[in-house]
Amino acid sequence: MTGAMTNAIEVRALRKSFGRTTALDGLDLTVRSGEVHAFLGPNGAGKTTTIRILLGLLSKDGGEASLLGGDPWRDAGALHARLAYVPGDVTLWPGLTGGEIIDLLASLRGPRSAVDPKRRQALIERFALDPAKKARAYSKGNRQKVALIAALASDAELLILDEPTAGLDPLMEAVFRECVDDERQRGRTVLLSSHILAEAEALADRVTIIRDGRTAETGTLAQMRHLTRSTVDAELSRPVSLDGLPGVHAAEIRGTHLHCEVDHAALNEVLTRLTAAGVVALTCRPPTLEELFLRHYSSERAGPGARP
Amino acid sequence: MTAFAGTGALARLAFRRDRIMLPAWVYVITALIASNSYSLNKLYPSAAARAALAGSGGRNPALVFLYGRLSGDSLGAVSAWRYGVWAAIFASLMSVFLVIRHTRADEEAGRLELVGSAAVGRLAALTAALLVAVAATVALTVLLVAALVFLGLPAAGSAAFALAITTCSLAFAAVAALAAQLAAGARPARGIAIGVLGAAYLLRAVGDASGAGGPSWLTWLSPLGWTEFIRPYSENRWQLLALPLATAAAAVAGAYALAVLRDHGAGLLPDRPGRAAASAWLRGPRYLPLGLAWRLQRGTLYGWAAGFAFTFAASGAAAKGIGSLLGGSAQLRTAFTRLGGQAGITDAYLAAIMSLAGLAAAAYATSAVLRLRAEETGDRAEPLLAAATGRVGWGLSHVAVAVFGTALLLAAAGVAAGLGYGLRTGSAGTEVARLLGAALAQLPASLAVAGAAVLLFGLRPAASVAGAWTVLGAVVVIALFGQVLRLSGWLLDLSPFTHVPKLPGAAVTAPPLLWLGLAALALTAAGLTALRRRDIG
Repeated sequence: MTGAMTNAIEVRALRKSFGRTTALDGLDLTVRSGEVHAFLGPNGAGKTTTIRILLGLLSKDGGEASLLGGDPWRDAGALHARLAYVPGDVTLWPGLTGGEIIDLLASLRGPRSAVDPKRRQALIERFALDPAKKARAYSKGNRQKVALIAALASDAELLILDEPTAGLDPLMEAVFRECVDDERQRGRTVLLSSHILAEAEALADRVTIIRDGRTAETGTLAQMRHLTRSTVDAELSRPVSLDGLPGVHAAEIRGTHLHCEVDHAALNEVLTRLTAAGVVALTCRPPTLEELFLRHYSSERAGPGARP
Repeated sequence: MTAFAGTGALARLAFRRDRIMLPAWVYVITALIASNSYSLNKLYPSAAARAALAGSGGRNPALVFLYGRLSGDSLGAVSAWRYGVWAAIFASLMSVFLVIRHTRADEEAGRLELVGSAAVGRLAALTAALLVAVAATVALTVLLVAALVFLGLPAAGSAAFALAITTCSLAFAAVAALAAQLAAGARPARGIAIGVLGAAYLLRAVGDASGAGGPSWLTWLSPLGWTEFIRPYSENRWQLLALPLATAAAAVAGAYALAVLRDHGAGLLPDRPGRAAASAWLRGPRYLPLGLAWRLQRGTLYGWAAGFAFTFAASGAAAKGIGSLLGGSAQLRTAFTRLGGQAGITDAYLAAIMSLAGLAAAAYATSAVLRLRAEETGDRAEPLLAAATGRVGWGLSHVAVAVFGTALLLAAAGVAAGLGYGLRTGSAGTEVARLLGAALAQLPASLAVAGAAVLLFGLRPAASVAGAWTVLGAVVVIALFGQVLRLSGWLLDLSPFTHVPKLPGAAVTAPPLLWLGLAALALTAAGLTALRRRDIG
């Protein structure tokens, strides 16, 4: 790997179907080395199928996929020594303890020297895990922690995390975010699949949104905000009318209170009218990812169950 | 809300989930018995022919050990002798799988938790599973009686025969219900119930084969022995049906008592904390995770090994009294002397129990290979295959445990039988060596059956579990019933065990063993190659 301009993951027009169900229908995804990339989509959009193809667990029907410069199907063994993976649904061997599983996964991933015992211990303490308990006795959140610690304790250059915080409590979610930030500092690449938007918003350098097995949008959050509307809430001295203004949506006027969404191009004109009516209080905020997401998915519901 | 609330809904759900498997079990058991009675009738049409079969077979110690004692020479009595005990075993296995599947397996998978949060009583799932088992045995009884009467057998005897089989099946449904409360997982629960079934078979076999003066009362301790003592088509001892029914009632009462006491998801023994770090052995070689495969499978193997050692020590010990079964018939004695005299009879008996060891070891090998499929569908293969472990390495790790375990079990069978027989005759050294060789001669055939499981797992993963057990079932049927039914040669040749020399006694021929070994190797290689090419999950 040479510097930040190479891509850790490069997927073009990826297709995969299971019988008559089409899971992926021409998906594109580019993850640059050293970035934290959020991979967003509702349930059944094809996130897990994409990850399983990248891991060489599923074969692709069409398109191209490359991972760390290699072919995920052909070079699976060599590539897997350089990545760590946390599945969305963590199932563990019920008779093994958490500590044993962490060590087992770490040593299966690479040479034993790569697992730093101090780092392992620090992570176990940070996530407050009891490593001597049998996996059968762990809650969903604790199973998730075992998989996360095993991945974070490794020296892999790429982390693939499939909905990693499902099941974690808010405290542990905060710990997880700190850990991902640390990994970014250390120059590791992270692919973070999620449907929790606040998580992507807090962590991701760039975002890819998929729907129905196709890429809906990709870019930095700043780039995406160009395409979107800000939300304006205002308390005015006199009632105001925004009728006939292009670029104003979902306007609600109750007496002297105004709530609306405004295209960036129309923002100046709206503010001019508001000032004319006398502004008492005003908030104007850029869209959250939640709102971006709703815009993509509220009109058309995604098809059911594209997961295998 | 009572403890039984929701039982009806759960039973309907169970019927819905088993709508294919359950009729298949009932149909196959009925068809096996009906078609076998039909062909017995064709093969031995006259009373004289049956009397000859009864006279030789009914006194042959090896056959008495395998099938039980004969109580008459009518067509019905011969059918009941030949298939009664084994039909009861198959019907009991049906009940065990059924009950565990709807109780402990669902609980372990977390499905019962989802159901239990609804308006469902604490005993509902257990009761629903038992209801389904009762329905299945009632259906089996009705079908069996209808089929046997249709074949022209007496109605009363047919009813006694069918009930002898199905009440035994009910008793094991109850044993499974109890096991599901004792063990914390579906796998150990099935192990306990099938272990009890194996012990019942052993008690009956040793009791029957021990002859006059031996511990023949052992048969009375076994539910499978009761099916024999009911003596359908000769005495029809209806009152003995009370024994399996009372056993069932007692086991169900025990299961209910435990189900009320224990926590959801827990067994009777609490989990102890384990190591906080993995041993070097568990970390295993990275490309061939043997440590993990061994760790996952060792408990099951220990259980099988204990069962093998005990079973074959007892069977070997029973070999000494074997001649006394021949009784005073001078004619029979002459016939057997021509076959090799006392030594010949004993060897034939020992060879029969060694081929039984081979079949049982094939069952172990199949289950050990199918562990791969369980790991895959349980999503536990995913983290390994996403690490540097390749598919072939992962597959081989479990296949290696299966091969090692099969060899270990057969060696245990040989040594135990050799000690059991040798210590009573004062020639332990020679017998152990002789029987160890005889047991290990089964290894290639057992592994060939396991090879078929590997191939199915690679090629048709979704059908691999049902497919592999069907292969094993066909091999068992050919081995146990192929000769007496005079099946055509090519059909017999399909089973690997047809080609194994009948040791001890017969001459050792290396080529068939070599070919079987190569077949096992080729099947495994083909299966692992197919595994490399398919989708996982």
